[in-house]
Amino acid sequence: MKGLVKLIWVEFKLYMRQPQAAFFTLAFPLLLLFMFGSIYGNKPTPFFGGRGMVDVSTPAYIAIIMGSTGLMSISIVVSTYREKGVLRRFRATPLRPAAILGSQVAVNYVMTLAGTLILVAGAKLVYHMRFNGAVGAVFLGFTLSTLSFLAVGFLIASVARTSRVASILGMLFYFPNIFLSGATVPKEIFPGAMRSFSKVLPMTHVVNLLQGLWIGNPWGKHITELVVLAGFLVVGVVVSAKAFRWE
Amino acid sequence: MTAAITVNDLRKTYGPLTAVDGVGFEVGPGEIFGMVGPNGAGKTTTIECLEGMRSPDAGDIRILGLDPRRDGYELRERIGVQLQQSSLPDDIKVWEALDLFASYYRKPAPWEPLLDELGIADKREARFSKLSGGQKQRLFIALALVNDPEVVFLDELTTGLDPHARRAMWKLVRAIRDRGKTVFLTTHYMEEAEHLCNRVLIIDRGRIVALDTPEKLVANLKAETRIVFTAAEPDYDPAPLRAVAGVTRVDVAGDKVTVTGRGDRLVILVVNALDAQQARFRDLRTEQPSLDDVFMAMTGDEMKPDGGAK
Repeated sequence: MKGLVKLIWVEFKLYMRQPQAAFFTLAFPLLLLFMFGSIYGNKPTPFFGGRGMVDVSTPAYIAIIMGSTGLMSISIVVSTYREKGVLRRFRATPLRPAAILGSQVAVNYVMTLAGTLILVAGAKLVYHMRFNGAVGAVFLGFTLSTLSFLAVGFLIASVARTSRVASILGMLFYFPNIFLSGATVPKEIFPGAMRSFSKVLPMTHVVNLLQGLWIGNPWGKHITELVVLAGFLVVGVVVSAKAFRWE
Repeated sequence: MTAAITVNDLRKTYGPLTAVDGVGFEVGPGEIFGMVGPNGAGKTTTIECLEGMRSPDAGDIRILGLDPRRDGYELRERIGVQLQQSSLPDDIKVWEALDLFASYYRKPAPWEPLLDELGIADKREARFSKLSGGQKQRLFIALALVNDPEVVFLDELTTGLDPHARRAMWKLVRAIRDRGKTVFLTTHYMEEAEHLCNRVLIIDRGRIVALDTPEKLVANLKAETRIVFTAAEPDYDPAPLRAVAGVTRVDVAGDKVTVTGRGDRLVILVVNALDAQQARFRDLRTEQPSLDDVFMAMTGDEMKPDGGAK
């Protein structure tokens, strides 16, 4: 237990020492917020159902953070650790395998949460973002979404033979997800075909779920999203458990 | 005293390849025990089975009375491991790695003194990726000692190090033994095994070909001693040396003379003969058979300094 806590702390410091990971998780969503916020402001408009650009975008940008930690960070770090023999070295100690993998989940979850809090604080302070949901419900939705993306990240790390392949696969999932899911550009402006395609992307369901919970929708309105995200979580965990290799 | 390590009839195959084929031995407490052999001889497979990193197909292993497969976690509390292929995160600092690994154990040793003992105290704040090969090895040894283990496993500790760093490593290994620990190491440097180990196991193609102290291995070879000198006169006549008891042959190449023979008194007899002959000579030295010769005799292969048999 002492070992797990220390490992999480060290992994957290290591995360902050990778400038690109810290940028995409902590700074990039905030940059998007300021960019689109300065163009469109946050005036309520019928186009967004009586809400402003920032009100709708903030929960969507949270999904981008999950893409960064789930599709990129965790898959690249875990596959690099395997490739270089870091996992082997850890396995030669009394540390349990669950602790080794759990520390990665913990660090990336906390980083996702940190990126989210920074983003929400920016949106509130600068654009007076409106929030009509329940914090507890949003937190639960956030947690399910994050875990399901981290599970997909583990899946990538499990099937990729090298860290190069893992980072290519990660990017291959990351970019379509952030651009075609409504996370970066609101789905409201998508043509019909693109809107249907976006349904196959897991991030679309994160965006829908968080935007719904943001305005206080009941869970019942988001059964599809919950099922899809729980499905990704289960598939990710099951496939990783079967396919994961330590070396 | 009971053995620190007991291995009986260890076997491991990878598909059609038999890596370890019925290996068995005992290592006593406080011993430096070396396993030598060319690359692919089965050294790493054996040591990884002992460490519990790999499961054997057959055979019985006891480390400190524990079975590495069944009591793996308990065993890892009490052994120290330096792996041949392993690494740490690039950006972890030396002190963080030690502090982290210490936290994995029930009874960690204080790690601050290890920095000094291993000569990496000035690298305390350095990141792993900025360390030299020798410094990384030192850090890995420190990590292997951080739980104050009873048995330390070192897999190809000095491969890739320069001769200076290699000698420094030998000193470290002796210091580990002097702290009362049992050391099990693998190497493909015969010289290393000869200088460092109390006993040496020579393995080739998964089988033990010899197991004894380096001195006895060399003595049992009954190899001949060679005496080499440079004759000071251009027309040196080697005939009197051929008559010396024990001498089997004398070769002259220019002013280099090589006398080959057997017997404990060979050197004295040859020098006396030279003196009686009033021959002037310089640079006289003797060449004793080494573990290299033992290895060649046992396996028919030659150990190459870069590892691997030719």
